[in-house]
Amino acid sequence: MAKGRVSIVVERCKACGFCVEFCPTHVLSLSSAFNSKGYHPPHVVHPEKCSGCDLCGMYCPDFAIYGTKVAEVKSTDAAKEAKAAGGEK
Amino acid sequence: MKADPHGVLTGTHFLDGDHACCEGALAAGARFAAGYPITPSTEVVERFAARVPMVGGSFIQMEDELAASITLQGAVWGGAKAFTVTSGPGFSLMMEHIGYAAMTETPCVFVDVQRGGPSTGLPTLPAQADMMQARWGSHGDYEIIALCPNSPQECFDLTIKAFNLSEEFRVPVMFMMDEVVGHMTEKVVIPPADQIDIVPRKHTHKSVEEYLPYGTNGDMVPEMAHAGEGYKFHITGLTHDERGYPNMTPQTQDKLVKRLQNKIRTAADRICLLEEDGLENADVVVVSYGITSRVAQRAIDVAHERGLKVGKLRLITAWPFPDKKIGELAARVKAFVVPELNLGQMVREVERASGGKAKTLAVPHAGGGVHNPEEILRAIVEASRC
Amino acid sequence: MLNVVDDTINPVEPFLRTDRMPHIWCPGCGIGTTVNSFARALIDSKIDLQSLALVSGIGCTGRVAGYVKLDSFHTTHGRAIPFATGLKLANPKLNVVVYSGDGDLSAIGGNHLIHAARRNIDLKVICVNNLIYAMTGGQTAPTTPGHATTSTNPYGTFEPAFNLPHLVEAAGAVYVARWTTFHVRQLARSISEAFQKKGFSFIEVISPCPTLYQRRNKMGDGLDTMKYYKEKSKVKNGAPTSEVGLTLNGEIAVGKFVDRDRPDYQSMMRAQYVESLGDRYVEEPEMECVCG
Repeated sequence: MAKGRVSIVVERCKACGFCVEFCPTHVLSLSSAFNSKGYHPPHVVHPEKCSGCDLCGMYCPDFAIYGTKVAEVKSTDAAKEAKAAGGEK
Repeated sequence: MKADPHGVLTGTHFLDGDHACCEGALAAGARFAAGYPITPSTEVVERFAARVPMVGGSFIQMEDELAASITLQGAVWGGAKAFTVTSGPGFSLMMEHIGYAAMTETPCVFVDVQRGGPSTGLPTLPAQADMMQARWGSHGDYEIIALCPNSPQECFDLTIKAFNLSEEFRVPVMFMMDEVVGHMTEKVVIPPADQIDIVPRKHTHKSVEEYLPYGTNGDMVPEMAHAGEGYKFHITGLTHDERGYPNMTPQTQDKLVKRLQNKIRTAADRICLLEEDGLENADVVVVSYGITSRVAQRAIDVAHERGLKVGKLRLITAWPFPDKKIGELAARVKAFVVPELNLGQMVREVERASGGKAKTLAVPHAGGGVHNPEEILRAIVEASRC
Repeated sequence: MLNVVDDTINPVEPFLRTDRMPHIWCPGCGIGTTVNSFARALIDSKIDLQSLALVSGIGCTGRVAGYVKLDSFHTTHGRAIPFATGLKLANPKLNVVVYSGDGDLSAIGGNHLIHAARRNIDLKVICVNNLIYAMTGGQTAPTTPGHATTSTNPYGTFEPAFNLPHLVEAAGAVYVARWTTFHVRQLARSISEAFQKKGFSFIEVISPCPTLYQRRNKMGDGLDTMKYYKEKSKVKNGAPTSEVGLTLNGEIAVGKFVDRDRPDYQSMMRAQYVESLGDRYVEEPEMECVCG
């Protein structure tokens, strides 16, 4: 079970390659897809290796990617469920 | 709004123009000045440096005029009324930032105690040769307001007016003194604070969500906010839209620059302060400003003694130029006589505005002293024969 | 636009004017990376964003002011520091950051840089140093290393470059650090440390300009440059600043070089006035904001 998850804002990416290079566990690689500007954004190739350290987010000069710890995601899911159940306004 | 009594040195004083200007600034609510020493203006900030620690506020002598002219603008955005003081060479250095103030609509006052130029020129002697520079010195299309006092009393009164106009129109105001007015000592009456009207900053009352730094509701002057109030606004010298964001297109440029121009031009009648005397039946009108107006008065008096019908028009406001007034006069007088301590600057405006309907006689002076009234009288006599 | 599966957000997002994204910086430019570190430092230091003002000059780095959601001022070339000085003096409660480039701060702005350091004005200066005048097309900067090719030195530069940490230390800065855009976490930490200090803090960040500096000097792209930073940087905390000059492809000394204490400008001003004027000294004007 991965400790973290990567979120990618495809349209902001300029394919500089920093995230791919500096991810400590090599979660990412540049995809063959294009965004509307013609850049190849990264995609997750080893999701199970993501620790949610957010180094990708720290490096990204275009604010196009970030990592979050799964525990955070879980609590957001929990919050969502609580909302749906009417636990919160 | 009335003046803050802490800054008002009520009483009857014997002050020179530089000192009176400082008192005017304090009375107007200026609590920040950034300066750089330059003759003959230095006394203004020297006095401010001495006074402000006991009034509240601060003065900083910056490392050059480039710094001083922008430091004061930082202080304005930090919430203060601010000004700087200089003479020709410093005024030249400040030009970029006068343009920045015009572009960002930063209310502030630039005092130029004019001296002989060009370049280092005559540091301790008068001229009035920065008048065109005051209007056109920075690059691009922009408008400013310029006032010309002709006595230490006016250095007090009109400095307050300068600050008031700067706040009303969110524009840099040029306070065009000259070395004689700056260094002559005369009686200056400073009234009680509750008799001094000041214009407060046009601060927005809008919420953070609604506020647009350069949004105007029909009125051409946007509301202002200061740093630290939660508005998180952006200010730039780049051509910008109502959000303050850079928007470098011809359409945005057209809209912005025309508004910067029109906010002054459409209010020119309100802004133009003129002193008029004997214009009703005049054949000749002497148009003058600053110290020259006092010399011209002597010439006008002698002309009157000789039976000549001479009127006086003193430009208290030099910019925006009173096109309308000159145009009206040109239709019915024979000639204008324009003495200036320069080789012909405001006279060009008189010529332009008169549209050829009346003659314009310049009475130039290269600077370094004031006219001999004889020179002006000779021109008046010649004009009367037109 | 956001293809995220949950409602987590990028920690930098609240600090951005998202209505102005994507920004104009080139692929592989490091300026955006420095903004991440800056945002991280703001979060970690728990800075009150309302009382934070950011002032920049002209150039690629100068565009930071337009992209951050703070009271921000994009001023004239070289004059961010004096503008920031005015802001700070008029409202001492503001935390004022100057975020500008090497050309803006050390060439046209050089005079203001040394005077503000001398006076120890309480400013946090982040100098993104890409060793070139990038925005205008790649001209020589006072920081361009010798023998580099630029558009105004097409046959190679021959002037010695400024050693910025040395310059600002000599002028009087109380906090001097240098990192590269590879050192994202250390940079964030330095910025946080600077926020804790009163006085003139200067943090230099070496950053790629792949479009101009790196391309003209055949040094690869942004990623190649980041790898070079990783390989050739050496952390030398406390090193004498005289020894941290940069060369064309040489070692990059990084770290915190200076961290000392000296009273800041406003403390000294206050002390002097209190000593000279005693009770007559009025620190704050009665009408702080002459507002209607």
